[in-house]
Amino acid sequence: MVEHKVAPPARPERMIALDAMGAVGDVARPLAPFERIANITAVRRLFVLVVLAVLWEGFARISNNPLLFPSLTDTVEAFYEAAVYGPLLERTLNSLQVLAAGYAIGLVIAALFTTVAVSTRIGTDLLSTLTAMFNPLPAIALLPLALLWFGLGAKSLIFVIIHSVLWAVALNTHSGFTSVSQTLRMAGQNVGLRGLRYVALLLVPAALPAIVTGLKIGWAFAWRTLIAAELVFGASSRSGGLGWFIFENRNQLETASVFAGLLTVILIGLFVESVIFRTIENATIRKWGMQS
Amino acid sequence: MAAGTTSAGGQANGGTAAPLLVVDDVTLQYKTTEHLVTATWKVGFEVYAGERYVLLGPSGCGKTTLLKAIAGFMKPVAGAITLAGKPIERPGPDRMMVFQEFDQLLPWRTVLGNVMFPLLVNHRMPRAQAEKHARALLAKVNLTRFEDVHPHMLSGGMKQRVAIARALAMEPAVLLMDEPFAALDALTRRKMQEELVALWEEVRFTVIFVTHSIEEALLIGSRILVLSPHPGRVKAELNAGHLGPADVGTPAFDKLQKHIHNLLFTDKIETTEAAHG
Repeated sequence: MVEHKVAPPARPERMIALDAMGAVGDVARPLAPFERIANITAVRRLFVLVVLAVLWEGFARISNNPLLFPSLTDTVEAFYEAAVYGPLLERTLNSLQVLAAGYAIGLVIAALFTTVAVSTRIGTDLLSTLTAMFNPLPAIALLPLALLWFGLGAKSLIFVIIHSVLWAVALNTHSGFTSVSQTLRMAGQNVGLRGLRYVALLLVPAALPAIVTGLKIGWAFAWRTLIAAELVFGASSRSGGLGWFIFENRNQLETASVFAGLLTVILIGLFVESVIFRTIENATIRKWGMQS
Repeated sequence: MAAGTTSAGGQANGGTAAPLLVVDDVTLQYKTTEHLVTATWKVGFEVYAGERYVLLGPSGCGKTTLLKAIAGFMKPVAGAITLAGKPIERPGPDRMMVFQEFDQLLPWRTVLGNVMFPLLVNHRMPRAQAEKHARALLAKVNLTRFEDVHPHMLSGGMKQRVAIARALAMEPAVLLMDEPFAALDALTRRKMQEELVALWEEVRFTVIFVTHSIEEALLIGSRILVLSPHPGRVKAELNAGHLGPADVGTPAFDKLQKHIHNLLFTDKIETTEAAHG
């Protein structure tokens, strides 16, 4: 039971002329310099790198065991020596050449697979089954078989790289196609798009976020697979790759050079990830608001 | 009202000329995972050039399915749909459609690029001419300032205006609109309704407009097809060409609104009986 009802007071109405209130203060004001610098991702990342470098150098100096854990300066020195006077550059180029070949062939096969999968139902089933079977299979596990079929050499490497790229790219591209919104599909058909033009002018750009993700995953798989495979063999000819460079130096207990090799692997990985792919993303899906 | 007199004249012309679009006793069915649903049952109507034809009904009356059939996305189980005497086979740019969803624009093209897209895809005109044509239409929907912006930077109302400009750029035989303003806020919606009628005054296109709002039907339509639900059947076909956005709240407007309300309300009782029987 409510004893006394609370009635709101009757109040007069208000009408205010906006320009009679005088000038409004700044509607938008620039941030303080420190805040602006802290907002740059590259600056924050660089800070993390500097901290890591200092920790590395400090730990290496304290442990003082260059055979097991060389310092940053030793590693940089070995890197410089190997790059300028040694075989590091040549080894890296060999690796990248093999990688590019395998990656390109893998992409072409993935494109063929997804085109078949998107146009026929049995194609979809084929792709789904094959991806389910082969995607969990580490490419490196196929290396013994590849050696048997193609012998020691670039062919075997390219084979395992294709395997590592193909399924990741095909899977992502296809799931990108299937997740294009029904409205956008209908808008495309309404305009009169059919067949391959429908795929090229509507499905591919609409699925680009997933396709780029697939390309990135495929690249990462391929790069790791290549280095691992080169560690296993690579002594095939004089033209070994980066993995072989690491293996060779470990055998000679040139630990600083091993670190330099690993550093090269990381640097190339970072470059492709944060320069090449980032540029592609900025020019496309980020600009279009399809990814934040 | 200028809107009232001119559209009444349009209907007088329509009486003598042949209808542009004929929907002849069309029955539409679609499959869900469990059911075969009959969306419309023997629906028939005719649309004349220059009409603002509204399909009005509650959800479940098959009005959107009907529009999709006219667009060519699905085929009637029985009956036929003809546009200028030719049966409709597949989707095509002579029946440009404006959807309810905002994601109907291509996010990878600018506003201008979106309006030019159907023109270029269909090789309707050379690129330079298409660009000029698209700019003219964007000016008509007051988006000149946003020509070079990508769709994700636009508000919902702006996106719908781009979609309308894109559809009109193709100069379709008939413009199909599937509740294009339903996802907008009330203030923007009213503004868009007024703009659409003003645009019609200027360009004189033929439009089929789907809505579940009686008020919107009266504001926009020159002729209104009232549909009953489960499955969709024609309940009435009314003239509303004498009413426009300026007539909201007048006795004539209220009277017709009440009339349609009663039509739909009695329908509700019938369907509950049908569901039991």
